[in-house]
Order: sequence, then C-alpha cells, then structure tokens
Amino acid sequence: MTKLVSLKEAIARHVPDGSAVALGCALEPAIPFAAAHELIRQRKRDLRLIGPISDIAFDMLIGSGCVAEVHAAWVGNVSAGLAHCYRRAMEQGIPRRIIVRDHSNFTMALSLLAGALGAPYIATRTLLRSDIPRANGTFKEATSPWDGSKVLLIPPLVPDVTIIACQRADADGNAHQWGPWGVSQEAALAAKTVIVLADEVVDRAVIASDPNRTICPGIKVAAVVHVPGACHPSPLQGRYARDHEFFHEYHRATREAAGFERWIAEWVTGVPDHAAYLAKLGPRWTALRETGEPAAEARF
Amino acid sequence: MDVSPGELMVAQAAREIADRDVVFVGMRLPLIAFVVAKRTHAPNAIGLFELGVVRDAPAPELLYTMGDTPNVRGAVWCARTVDLMGLLQQGAVDAGFIGGAEMDRHGNLNTTAIGADRAHPTVQLPGSGGGADIASLAKRLIVIMPHDKRRLRDKVDFITSPGDHVSVLITTLGVFRFVDGEAVLASYHPRSSVQVCAEHTGWPLRVAPNVSETASPSSEVRRIIRGYDPDGFWTRRGD
Repeated sequence: MTKLVSLKEAIARHVPDGSAVALGCALEPAIPFAAAHELIRQRKRDLRLIGPISDIAFDMLIGSGCVAEVHAAWVGNVSAGLAHCYRRAMEQGIPRRIIVRDHSNFTMALSLLAGALGAPYIATRTLLRSDIPRANGTFKEATSPWDGSKVLLIPPLVPDVTIIACQRADADGNAHQWGPWGVSQEAALAAKTVIVLADEVVDRAVIASDPNRTICPGIKVAAVVHVPGACHPSPLQGRYARDHEFFHEYHRATREAAGFERWIAEWVTGVPDHAAYLAKLGPRWTALRETGEPAAEARF
Repeated sequence: MDVSPGELMVAQAAREIADRDVVFVGMRLPLIAFVVAKRTHAPNAIGLFELGVVRDAPAPELLYTMGDTPNVRGAVWCARTVDLMGLLQQGAVDAGFIGGAEMDRHGNLNTTAIGADRAHPTVQLPGSGGGADIASLAKRLIVIMPHDKRRLRDKVDFITSPGDHVSVLITTLGVFRFVDGEAVLASYHPRSSVQVCAEHTGWPLRVAPNVSETASPSSEVRRIIRGYDPDGFWTRRGD
C-alpha cells in the first residue's frame, strides 16, 4: 500500500497543533529541515519538540512561535555558537515563553529507548552529580535493588510523531538510512507514528536486498514523502555535504528578532515548497552534492 | 606566524591523549585535537563520537561538526548514540574531552544557563549535549575553554557536568591540573604568566610549586594544525 504523499499533506494530516514531535534525531546530520520549514509555513502552534541537538532546526521553530516545550540535550548552532531565538525565548519570552526539559544525550537516548521498548523506565549511572535531573523534573533517583548503588530512573518519551530523513525508502515506509543513527531508531520505534522524508523512493526489492540498513520498518510509518535535499543545510551521507556557511549566515542574520523575521521570510515563508528552496539555493546547492564511495557488496 | 591560543590549546589537548586510549571526542576544538593526536604520538587511539561514529583513523579533512560526511566515510562503525554511551557507562572509555562555558575551581562545568532561576535565565546557553555524560562516566576528562574571570567562577549557577573526573583544564592562558579535587595552575602559555592567569581567574589562584611555561607546539604539530585548519576556523578564531 502506498503511503506516498506531499510534504504539505503529511505535515497537515499528521502533525496537529500541540503534538510531541521528534526530529533531528541523528544529531548533526540528516536533520529534516524541509519538514521544520513546512511546520513553520503551516503556522503550527504549541508543539512539544523532542531531539538531542537539532542544529538550528529547533531555533527556527522556536523563533517562529511554533513551540511550547523543548525536550533536548543541546539547542544551538554547532559550528557558529549560541541559538539566538532560543535565547530570546528563554531570556525575554520572545516570541513566547517556552518550557524546557533539560536532558543529556544519554538520557535523551534512554528516554526514547524506554519508549521503543515499552519499558516503564531505564536505570542509569549518568548525571548522578549533575543538576540536569533536578531541572528536567521527570527523572527519579533510586537505589539499585541488586548492589545498593544510587541510580537514576529515566521515564519513557513517546513522540506523537517522529520525522526522519533518509537516503531511500519504499512506498510503504521501509526506510534505509546509513551513516550514524544517533537516536533516530529509538525515536521512530517509540513514536505513535512516523513521517519519512526520502531523498529517493525505491522499489521494495531494493530495501529487501539489504534489510540490515533499514532504520525503521514500514509498520511504524504513516507517510512517505519524496523530498530530495530535505536535510539542507545539514548533510546526508553519500548524497550531499553540510553547508557550513549557511549555518554561519543564519547565526549572523538572526542576532536580532527583526533579522530573524527577515531570514524566515526570505528562506521559509517566502518560498512555496522545498523544491523552490533548492532552486533558490541554485549553484550553491549543486556544489554540495557528493557521490560518496560504494560499500562492499554483502550477499544475502 | 605566532602560535595562537587556539593552536596552543589544541596542541596541549592532543598531548593529553595516550596512544591506544579510547577517547570520547566532543564537538568543536576537541575534533581537531583528536586529529592532531592521531597524526603524532597516538596513532592507535580510537575516537568515539556521540552521534554514533567510531574511527581508528583521523578524518581526512577539517570537521565543522562530528556529523560531517568526511567523519563518517572510513569509520569502522556507524551505530546509535546509546551504543557509544553504553560503552562509556560500562567503563570502556579512557578519556573524554569537551568544551565549557563556565567552570568552578572544583571542575564543575556549566553549559546550561547563567542566572539563579533555570526557568528564567540571564543567559541561555546551549546545554549539555553529551558533555554531562562524558563528565559523569569517562575515566578522565579533558576540558578546553577560554580563560576569563566571568568563565572561571568561584561558583557556577548550574552544574551541567560534574567535575569529579576532570584531570586537566586547558585555557587560552594556561593549564590547570586537579589536586584533591581543586584546580592548580600547572603551566602558563607563552606571553601569559602566573600573574596574568591570576588576574583572569575568578577564584584565588593556586599555583603548582613547579609551575612553568607551557611547551610550545613543535614545528611538526604546528604544521599539522595549519595544514588541517588552513583558514584558522577553529584555531585562530577572534585572533
């Protein structure tokens, strides 16, 4: 059964206001910026974002007033510095106040893993002397019933929808992603539903020829969207490199709220869809394309 | 060309990695320090990157983030964050290195927020990333940060990464070792001094009896750093 829809339709249908949305789950690469842009174009409100790093995707959503709550380990601009919209929201309530649930990358991974396993919690030894558990407010300190040591219990996070970007998927949502996975697999398996943004849509036989590369089975997926270049300015392994300068330009342009408004008008609300965004990038986009190296054959 | 503070920090951080160490490599300056160590005295060190990459060979070109395509190509393992954090938690990681925004004299790092109320910060910082996990679980922690009175504070507002395992703090002005859980100035960089370090430190400075000048990077190390970061994106920022 085909689940192929347009990005507009996928976001309109599967991400109602107030949803808990996980995205950017591979950390710095494979961030589905095209989906973040569409959430902004559709003026989604009161989203609860879940993601470890997000490299400016969360910052754009926060600055656009789409966000009520952030569950994250880090919100910033990895190669440029602080996240200006996140700062304005937290320091001045501009454009609105948001609630933050602090995590580390490990507790983010464990929360989603607990969700993926259907487990009531997962015990860990990280962060025992950190202030993050107190700030997060959902972890509990406990004593291990086996050795009496202090442990931290991490409850599950269950996203309403997880959005992942991948190199290729079939029309049923069986998705091949290569490169590091970060917390993508746990986030997809934990979620009530998954939207897949595929750089390329392929026949089922391509997926079935190499099933170890499947990050998420089609049974979890509600919508498959064919979006070439969905991750720009973040990279997608074997397809295109990171556009470092784009991150740095965003950093310089968004220091003030008015500059952010101009930036979003130019790059997001002022373009109808992702194809138009890539066309606007022009030769800059084509220069990022990579062909990568072939993997050795594995025979099944 | 003079040696920049960034180059000094990277060279010193690289020295902290022993050959055959399994190292958790944090974002920004640590990315390049790992490459320098691999290309000099620690060719057998293994690098773990929290997004799920394990490398036994340094990335061939300058990394802006650990997720850049050259850091993935030629890796020996692409995995999940939880796999690498699991290795960290079971005690398989010798050293981790991370950057920081603020530190107190006991090595506690704040990268979360400045201000008394977490919900209403004066300055919102990006957060832990994997830093708090590396600090909690690596056998020893190497920290790299700018040296400034507002950053090296008597007390930090928020302990993101606890200082229990900090072995060394490398700043733009000097190098601190931790003795009985407290920072002691072990060396000052060329063009810095004990006096300059004291003026820019927010706690009464403790100085090692054998304090000396930080060894300048060798010409080979300078050549590697400048070859790898020719425009000084990481190592000549703000120069």
